[in-house]
Amino acid sequence: MSLWGWILLACVISIATKYLGFLVPAKLLDNPRMLRVAGSLTIGLLAALTAVNTFASGQTLVLDARVAALVAAAVALWLRAPFLVVVAVGALAAGLARLLGAV
Amino acid sequence: MLLQSPAVRVALSVAIATGLYGLSFGALSVAAGLDLLQTMALSLLLFSGGSQFAFIGVIAGGGSGISALSAATLLGIRNGVYGMQINVLLRPARWRKLAMAHLTIDESVATATGQSDPDEQRRGFWAAGAGVFVLWNLFTLVGALAGNAMGDPARWGLDGAAVAAFLGLLWPRIRAKEPAAIAVVCAVVTLIAVPLVPPGVPILIAAVVAAVLGLSGLGPATEGLEPDVEPYPPGSAARGAEGDA
Repeated sequence: MSLWGWILLACVISIATKYLGFLVPAKLLDNPRMLRVAGSLTIGLLAALTAVNTFASGQTLVLDARVAALVAAAVALWLRAPFLVVVAVGALAAGLARLLGAV
Repeated sequence: MLLQSPAVRVALSVAIATGLYGLSFGALSVAAGLDLLQTMALSLLLFSGGSQFAFIGVIAGGGSGISALSAATLLGIRNGVYGMQINVLLRPARWRKLAMAHLTIDESVATATGQSDPDEQRRGFWAAGAGVFVLWNLFTLVGALAGNAMGDPARWGLDGAAVAAFLGLLWPRIRAKEPAAIAVVCAVVTLIAVPLVPPGVPILIAAVVAAVLGLSGLGPATEGLEPDVEPYPPGSAARGAEGDA
């Protein structure tokens, strides 16, 4: 399937997931195991995406300018900067690290 | 007159803040290799920031379409739980449910559940949902156009921006030891898997590990499910039910 196909299918599934929540009986909300899995999935996926985007280059692990972005973003978040500032700080840190000779 | 509603005022500030970071999504999406229309399709139809970033994050790393779809879908499961919460909270008429479902995202849920008066909850949900939808799409377009004009993403540190974006999405959900443990375990598992399996797959392996950790009862019941926005400052009068969202 082409990229377009995967994009549109992801969109359909997203809408269906949200809509399904409005259709199932409210009793499901009392199921702590279901809530716990949904919560830990969210955390695990975001952590995995952070790790891959920082350290992976194809199928190899590398240390490059993106590590500077990770550290700078963590500092910005710790200082309670808003999301857009955090993203800009990440870009700036990676750009600066490259200027200073990082890969 | 509508502007006198506290929920609507909160919703507007949430919509502006969230809409603006559509800029970073638009720019990163074209840097990942999606074209302008594909980028807009994600913002208009998928409409869930975390899942959209997940999709383009997998593609940018060389992952396949099905890996990108799987990551976006798994990350979107929480929206189904939000849907249940909003359905219980607002008890919408059947014909409204599809529109409300599309607007069910972190921001609209957090704004609604932070109010205690049912009318204010309803206004907060619609104002935040529609406000974020309009501004998120507008700024996605601006970001994508700017990204197209910028050329090589690495030169501008856009790969660093993606790292920061994912950390920024994760950060507000780490408020206790258990979610932090889940995050560390999943990050380590991902990195171990990177050299062993095709790009994109490590993220799905981490999802399986996260689900197993959740099933085995690690962490309080709703940890990680709080919306990743805090529309009401701690201690403000309007917080109401948000604590147990």
